[in-house]
Amino acid sequence: MSAVPTREGVLALLDQVMDPEVPVLSVRELGIIRDVEIDEAGDVTVVVTPTYSGCPAIRVIESDILEALHGAGLRAAVRTTYSPPWTTDWIDDASKAKLKAYGIAPPGRTEEGGLVQLMRARPAAQCPYCESRQTEVRSEFGSTACKSVNWCRGCGQPFEEFKAF
Amino acid sequence: MTSPSIVPAPAPQPNAHVEYLLRLGDDRLILGQRLSEWCGHAPILEEDIAMSNVALDLLGQATLLLHHAGEIEGQGRDEDALAYFREAVEFRNCQLVELPRGDFAFTIARQFLFDVHAVVTFDALTRSSDTELAALAARSLKEAKYHVRHSGEWMLRLGDGTEESHRRVQRAIDDLWRFVPELLASDGVDVAMHEAGIGADPVAIAEQWHVLVREVLERATLTTPNAVARAANARGGRTGAHTEHLGHLLAEMQIVARSHPGATW
Repeated sequence: MSAVPTREGVLALLDQVMDPEVPVLSVRELGIIRDVEIDEAGDVTVVVTPTYSGCPAIRVIESDILEALHGAGLRAAVRTTYSPPWTTDWIDDASKAKLKAYGIAPPGRTEEGGLVQLMRARPAAQCPYCESRQTEVRSEFGSTACKSVNWCRGCGQPFEEFKAF
Repeated sequence: MTSPSIVPAPAPQPNAHVEYLLRLGDDRLILGQRLSEWCGHAPILEEDIAMSNVALDLLGQATLLLHHAGEIEGQGRDEDALAYFREAVEFRNCQLVELPRGDFAFTIARQFLFDVHAVVTFDALTRSSDTELAALAARSLKEAKYHVRHSGEWMLRLGDGTEESHRRVQRAIDDLWRFVPELLASDGVDVAMHEAGIGADPVAIAEQWHVLVREVLERATLTTPNAVARAANARGGRTGAHTEHLGHLLAEMQIVARSHPGATW
């Protein structure tokens, strides 16, 4: 890309930066890139919002972003913002299809309801393998904070679901 | 032998805003550290993973809250300095979170009492005039709702489970009840922060907490204990008076940072 960065050029670079835990989604598809700022000197600032407070991937993601932009010869920095909070509602349908093809049930709509909502209020996850809705959640906490562990009664396989958040 | 009289220097006026954030942060730091003790020891694999996940969320929340406390304090202390280089008397967590992990029923009961307090508190703090705190609260609330679902569902399973599980979780609730008043208590810091529009209304928090906890305990066929005699109630954690258990926890948590100050990896 040219010496003077453009917003489109930066976004195209960010399309190549994959989430380290879910490598089928780019950081843009994950919805954590909130803005790209380019000042008059051509310095780029990528505004990122983390997913979970305890997500250990965030530092890796930040350094991957910087590596991609520095690799393209840009002067770049990452700024973190917490408002508005990240939500899985920012993951679009095309990205949800990628999750499913990867074997992770995509997130449904975020749950409404009271502060103490025992028992899953959102619909059962659809099995990414056989598409059965006859599934049950085994644990709301999976291999990463963003995924729940489910069991499909249709095909007898365990699978992960990207939690509505 | 007579010792020379020592006139203590007047205690510096604590910054209520910093104190408030330290309390929120320290509760989560200490409970997250406690809960992480289950990693590799939980009764089933899913539970091991779940408790480690919750512990990680708590430590993440603590990191952000202590970072913010350090910024407001303006003395150059970051979250690591606050976590690793304070002494027990400088910690502002309530005693509930520092108690040893006990058995699984005790751990779950403690998490449940804390998680209900967390959702109610974060919900209120989303309206804080401290915009940084409000943003942290909005995200932490989403996490805390999953935490209370986890601990709350276990309360139902254990309470309405076998005779043994019922007995153990009832005993845990009974033993923990004298630590509740401190969790819900308010002092000058809470009142000042509420009046400034920064903190939550402690009276409203306590009322909501009792309603929500009682509801789940009833569903779990558990008995809500009667209020404990005032003299038996835990107190002092918010101003640095802790049980002996905190020192042992800190020794383990802080030793690497203190043995190798400034180390990076």
